Amino acid sequence: MRYAMAIDTKKCVGCSDCVVACQTENNVPHGYCRDWIVENVEGTYPSLDLEFRSERCNHCDNAPCVRCCPTGASHKEEGGVVLVTHNKCIGCGACIESCPYDARYPHPEGYVDKCTFCLHRVEKGQNPACVEVCPTKCLHFGDLDDPNSDVSLALKDRKWKVLAPEAGTKPQLYFLT
Amino acid sequence: MKEELFASGRNIPNIDPSLNIWHWQIPVYLFLGGLAAGILFFAGFFYVRGKEEKMQATIKWAPIFAPIALVLGLGALFWDLKHKLYFWQLYTTIRLESPMGWGAWTLMIITPLAFIWVASYMKEVIPGWNWRIKLLDKFEAWVIKNRIYFAWVMMIYAVILGVYTGILLSAFNARPLWNTSILGPLFLVSGFSTGLATTIWISKDKKERKILSRIDLIFIFVELFLIVHMFMGFLAGSETAIEAAHLFLGGQFTVSFWVFVVLLGLIFPAVLETLELWGFHVPKWLPPALILFGGLMFRFIMVEAGQITRYLY
Repeated sequence: MRYAMAIDTKKCVGCSDCVVACQTENNVPHGYCRDWIVENVEGTYPSLDLEFRSERCNHCDNAPCVRCCPTGASHKEEGGVVLVTHNKCIGCGACIESCPYDARYPHPEGYVDKCTFCLHRVEKGQNPACVEVCPTKCLHFGDLDDPNSDVSLALKDRKWKVLAPEAGTKPQLYFLT
Repeated sequence: MKEELFASGRNIPNIDPSLNIWHWQIPVYLFLGGLAAGILFFAGFFYVRGKEEKMQATIKWAPIFAPIALVLGLGALFWDLKHKLYFWQLYTTIRLESPMGWGAWTLMIITPLAFIWVASYMKEVIPGWNWRIKLLDKFEAWVIKNRIYFAWVMMIYAVILGVYTGILLSAFNARPLWNTSILGPLFLVSGFSTGLATTIWISKDKKERKILSRIDLIFIFVELFLIVHMFMGFLAGSETAIEAAHLFLGGQFTVSFWVFVVLLGLIFPAVLETLELWGFHVPKWLPPALILFGGLMFRFIMVEAGQITRYLY
């Protein structure tokens, strides 16, 4: 089993519903977020190219945060989901420095927090909160090992990219282009 | 032209544009760790070479600063932890992949070693010192008898500690300024140089200071050599590495790095030490004070600048 997410950059309108849904679902403290929108404009006026990306933890196969964690608080769960065990985290910040995607932040309670792919929902057969609320249905989540999962089907016929592949992290967020 | 901007969600002052998670505590910790490593290495080195009587400050006096520096450094590290009550979790696992993990274990070994080394000279340093507990007297006698082994272990762990202060940063692939393997030897050499500076400062023996100054000069030159090589490596590297180097070559850290670290912290004290060796009168405190200042600045700048550098996508 390998959980992953595909984000359709052609459909995303940058409404931030995914951000708000995540903050509500996961009680993300005020002033922080586990997912966010990047608006990328390329080109020279008037020929501009606009891309919206809903970004979050990439749940990397080769996760530098898991490698550098001195206590093992950052670890891999079933399906490759990267999680932080709160009462093992000492808040040293090494994982925050190690993430090429800046996906982690220090929770005001002390431990380091990040996207969990809403594993508590996924285990019940539900989609992550961000996927559930997306009004344009641009987020696709599921098991890559299952050829009929939403994410596998989304990746099947489309071109995609991952962010900073040169970092060697083998990220599991796929951006459909 | 390429323009990238955060539209929403992520545009918050607590995280963006870059999450500066490590503050003054980390450079102070790296500085004190390197300084202690330098002091302990040369105490062990000269003891092994049988210079106990000729190098009194190096072997007996300067090491007093090592456990103090280590405890203060660990205090700074503890201060920096955001989840302090769980710090003991560091010692429930051995994770060789994590530099911070094995660094914590290295400190767990070298800190008591430094205390034992200092304690074994207490009777010589403070005449009339009495442990008052028989067991401690027995332990002291055992340490004195086996000091040569302690010296060797101390030297090895001092090198590991010195290298660790650099590897702690260089292990982060996500921060291009840190992600160079030259940082290990560079921090080791710089740490040893600050350790030597401390010993030179407190030594009253002219001959001893001359020997230490000569060694320190070699270390300063090696450090300069490594700094040049670090920038050569960056400039021959990827776009992210080139951007990292430009922080120091025209960017916001140019003046602070080249003036405070290289000029005032390395070249100027090297010139002063050379003049002193040639017989000119130089205030005794000046070269060591400059080296210590440069070493501290170096760590502050590297920690601060490294956190700005990132992958471009």
